[in-house]
Amino acid sequence: MSLWLVILLAGMLTFAIRFSFILLLDRIKVPSWFRRGLRFVPMAVLSAIILPELATHNAALDLSLRNPQLYAGALAILVAWRTKNVLLTILAGMAALLVFQALLGIL
Amino acid sequence: MNESTTPTTRGSEFWRGVRDEAPILLGVAPFGLIFGALAIDAHIAVPVAQAMSSIIFAGASQIIAAQMIGAGTSGLVILLVVSVVNLRHALYSASVAPHVRHLAPGWKILLAYLLTDEAYAVTITHYNQEGHPANKHWYFLGAGLTLWTTWQVSTAMGIFIGAQLPQNWPLDFVLPLTFIALVVPALKDKAGVAAAVTAALVGMLTLGFPFKTGLLVAAFSGILTGLLVEGRSK
Repeated sequence: MSLWLVILLAGMLTFAIRFSFILLLDRIKVPSWFRRGLRFVPMAVLSAIILPELATHNAALDLSLRNPQLYAGALAILVAWRTKNVLLTILAGMAALLVFQALLGIL
Repeated sequence: MNESTTPTTRGSEFWRGVRDEAPILLGVAPFGLIFGALAIDAHIAVPVAQAMSSIIFAGASQIIAAQMIGAGTSGLVILLVVSVVNLRHALYSASVAPHVRHLAPGWKILLAYLLTDEAYAVTITHYNQEGHPANKHWYFLGAGLTLWTTWQVSTAMGIFIGAQLPQNWPLDFVLPLTFIALVVPALKDKAGVAAAVTAALVGMLTLGFPFKTGLLVAAFSGILTGLLVEGRSK
């Protein structure tokens, strides 16, 4: 298979996955639990991305107290909960990461 | 001020999508640089490398594909892996489907093409917020195009100048932070919290699964838990 063909097919497959339910939900009737389940999609998928990202430090799983991302992530969760402000959460989380990185570097 | 009965204009929805997507770009751009540099490292020709970013337009799967191309993996295996890695987008597709149902086919195709993790995260949050829904697809378009443009430009920069990012480059931390900022305020009931916590924990346990399949297992565990808890509290 030529490389161009592989790329083209990979793009078509990716598009088909992204288009799948947008197309299907117009045409088929889905059970009610399916519709109710959709509400949980963003929180479930994004949470499943967040925690492993926080726990992966320097390309390795690090659940120790020396992983600054865990502290910064915890602070960001607190800020997001209290302020509901995206930019503030990012700024607080980044600042916390830099501070904890520096602190853990000294200790 | 009566937001819920008057539709916001197309332009203001579009620019709001652009603005809300902007912080995530800090985390996405380094990722695009890395892909561009990696593709050249794998001896992929410049036009092919750039085309991967516009034709496939899915970061993690592109990085894995570039490495497999470099290693001489067969085309069929690459296609299988790309599909598996991108399978989570089917969940996003189902999640946005009710919101884009009223749109013309052309719009649906365009928005499906732009349905990445980062565009989905801000768009679904916006759909779930108050406000007249009539022009919210313009917000989706604004967020999606912003991400698309950044992905193309950062890929090109990675191809031509390489990715000499310092060690411990903390900008990729912007991505989980943005997701935290979007998810946490959306957790308004017990079922939602249960879904998020379960998905996060199962995500940790399945981290070793190949090709992001752990993410799918985690997502389904979270959704199922949410449904069960919701059913019980009724």
